[in-house]
Amino acid sequence: MITLVVKRLLLALPVLWLILTLTFFLLRAAPGGPFDSERSLAPEIEAQVVAKYRLDLPLYLQYGQYLGQVLVGDFGPSYQYPDVSVNQLLASGLPVSLTLGFWALLLALTIGIPLGVWAALHQGQWQDTTAMVVAVGGISVPNYVVGPMLIAWLAVTWRWLPAGGWQGGEWDHLLLPIMTLALPFIAYIARLMRVAVIDVWQQPFIQVALAKGLSIKQVMIRHALRPAFLPVLSYLGPAAVALMTGSVVIEQIFGLPGLGRYFVQGALNRDYTLVMAVVLWVGLLTVIFNLLVDVFSFLLYPKLRTQEETS
Amino acid sequence: MENSPRLSVKDLTVQFVTKTGCFTAVDQLSFDINAGQTMGLVGESGSGKSVTALALMGLVPSSSGTIKGQQVMFQGRNLLGLSEKQMRLLRGNRISMIFQEPMTALNPVFRVGTQVAEVLRLHKKMPKRLAWQRTIELFDSVGITEPEQKVRSYPHQLSGGQQQRVMIAMAIACEPDLLICDEPTTALDVTIQKQVLILLKRLQQEMGMSMLFISHDLGVVAEVADHVLVMYRSQLVEQGSVEKIFTRAEHPYTQGLLACRPQLGNNPKRLLTVTDFVDTANEKALSVNKERLKPQVKEDKSDLPTLLRVDHLTTMFPIKGGLLGRTVDHFKAVDGVSFDVKCGETLGLVGESGSGKTTLGRTILRLQQASSGHVFYDGIDLFAQNKNEMRAMRSRMQIIFQDPYAALNPRMRVDQALIEPLVLHGLKKSQNQQQAQAVHLLEQVGLSSDALYRYPHEFSGGQRQRICIARALAVEPEFIVCDESVSALDVSVQAQVLNLLKDLQDELSLTYIFISHDLSVVQFMADRVAVMKQGQLVELNSAENIFNNPKHPYTKGLINAIPKPPDYGECLQ
Repeated sequence: MITLVVKRLLLALPVLWLILTLTFFLLRAAPGGPFDSERSLAPEIEAQVVAKYRLDLPLYLQYGQYLGQVLVGDFGPSYQYPDVSVNQLLASGLPVSLTLGFWALLLALTIGIPLGVWAALHQGQWQDTTAMVVAVGGISVPNYVVGPMLIAWLAVTWRWLPAGGWQGGEWDHLLLPIMTLALPFIAYIARLMRVAVIDVWQQPFIQVALAKGLSIKQVMIRHALRPAFLPVLSYLGPAAVALMTGSVVIEQIFGLPGLGRYFVQGALNRDYTLVMAVVLWVGLLTVIFNLLVDVFSFLLYPKLRTQEETS
Repeated sequence: MENSPRLSVKDLTVQFVTKTGCFTAVDQLSFDINAGQTMGLVGESGSGKSVTALALMGLVPSSSGTIKGQQVMFQGRNLLGLSEKQMRLLRGNRISMIFQEPMTALNPVFRVGTQVAEVLRLHKKMPKRLAWQRTIELFDSVGITEPEQKVRSYPHQLSGGQQQRVMIAMAIACEPDLLICDEPTTALDVTIQKQVLILLKRLQQEMGMSMLFISHDLGVVAEVADHVLVMYRSQLVEQGSVEKIFTRAEHPYTQGLLACRPQLGNNPKRLLTVTDFVDTANEKALSVNKERLKPQVKEDKSDLPTLLRVDHLTTMFPIKGGLLGRTVDHFKAVDGVSFDVKCGETLGLVGESGSGKTTLGRTILRLQQASSGHVFYDGIDLFAQNKNEMRAMRSRMQIIFQDPYAALNPRMRVDQALIEPLVLHGLKKSQNQQQAQAVHLLEQVGLSSDALYRYPHEFSGGQRQRICIARALAVEPEFIVCDESVSALDVSVQAQVLNLLKDLQDELSLTYIFISHDLSVVQFMADRVAVMKQGQLVELNSAENIFNNPKHPYTKGLINAIPKPPDYGECLQ
């Protein structure tokens, strides 16, 4: 177990380095630069700016310097927001995205899992059909439709909740974006859980559990849920990353200062340092969450332990 | 009270509603089981045995199945009139059940001890620690060594025999009055089967349980039961004492069931099958059979040319460990094995599971990389062949696997499965020729051409195995490895497939390596027998010598473990 964690963390370093290197050179290979705009600067001013950000150095030197900076945790200045470092930008955006993502993940699990189990228990009946129609809706209706609709109903018509804004993370401001963000994940988890429960319910050990004299409810909770959770658990890794790295659309709709917009703006503006930092952040989250998923799989599914030990 | 039977079933009928209509799985079944009695229930798959067991447990799914019984009296109460809640108090407590597949019958995510203790906590309301203590005692009483450690194991860490012992411990935890065993040993090796049967019998006597023992194999039932029920096509066709069933069976199906199992010492050219008895009121078929029932004369084939020579073959699997996943050790699945196979001969390969039989078969065909040694096929060194040369060789050697359910691609129609090898080896060019060949192959294995456009799930296990055989024959091989090819089949179907393999061997002069854990089957099939234990060949001799005069103690053990029909002097026919 500990071996696995150490092994994975050691492996994460070269992975992150590879991400960094690839992104660095791909960004430079793309045409345009951070200071290209419709109105071109005077040549001498441009030269000064370029020199200030050391963009006049040969590429390998820039790369070396950047790598050194990152190793000590400094992602450099933003090219687009003057006088602000990338670290400061991340520090302001991260808490917003992490908070939203965490609660959305929790919401997706607490609604998605029972919904899937409920549908599975009524397989083929109207409850099942209803739940799955709703789930398909949740997956296929895009968030830029769901978000405004929620605002229109809950904020404008009924005036229950504020329509947007961050306000230092007040819970009433968070509810609508969290719901919008979580909806497709609720639907996806419900579908995964439904199929898994139906599958597990066919297994002989379920019949054995029933033959012990347990009630259907007891069998479901004690014997079926844990084996059926495995597909959902595997899905949680990528899902958590997607939720916690911010969504441009939701940040725009609800006026939230999250991480997602930096991704898009940074890329459009060739804000090299900002894009690099966001990409590395996503990479790091991916590594961490996949490791967490593996650790949980090991704890919950003893059979996987021996497979890892022998392979 | 003690005089009335412990379980009395009257006119039990179970029906299932399917898309195609109403299917009666159990039809007006009536029987009694007395206190301390063991009742055997025999029949082929689909005959309604397991449904009967589930009906007694009250576990027939109410969504699709309906029970229309008169009554199932258990200790003075009619089970059919009890509520689900009342049934739950009986299940696992007064009536308990052991299932067929111990591997899948235990929940993979919990320790086995926890799963047994659960029953005690549920029915006996035992506190956690006491239940755990009692579980250890139960493990000890079902013959699990080191019970203190084993209770903490997960199912996958135990062998099949140990898993089934855990299931037995679970079933007897509350000292039930009725124990239902549904094919409890079918998935186990003969030697383990013997141990489990002895254990069940001992427990039954100690605890005075009544037992309903379900199996497709009369030989196994005879080892434990006093009385036998025979089910055929959802109906009870015969019942009586074991002695009566074995000496004076009346129903043709029972007679067929008795005759179709290969037996040591009685070795006809072909096996009788159930259909010989059931479907042939016409004497013609039986008279044809007379010829086929004459004892096999196994010719000495040692003068024949050698087709296959296996020379010091070793197959090792790496055991990995440590931080970097380096190979720390090797497991020798096949350990320095050498033997020859003559043209047209059948070499039987026997041993318990884990003895390396399957790995050996796969290594010979180069489906598994050998670690050292050589295999010469018709003088050609197989391991020296490159990819293309090996592919050409594959049309000469084929394999038939154990599980006909898993060996056929469920999304490929039968014609596609049969034509694919023809196309791969460029044997038949035009579509018409391919089609004709597929029909011919099906006929060879006793299926009609309307099987062509159907999918594997539309066939029974025996029919699927026939399709697998047809697929192996498609490339016109000389040599076939049969890897436990009849082990997953009912005894009655097994006899048909064995006969088919024999017929094909005569017709096409095939050479077989016949891998099986069932020695009686090997005795029927093989000219010579090789016995494997822990990767090594411990004995190789003619079939006659192996069975009449086994040298190695391991071989003797295997032969002793075969269920034998009770000796009532003159037997059968």
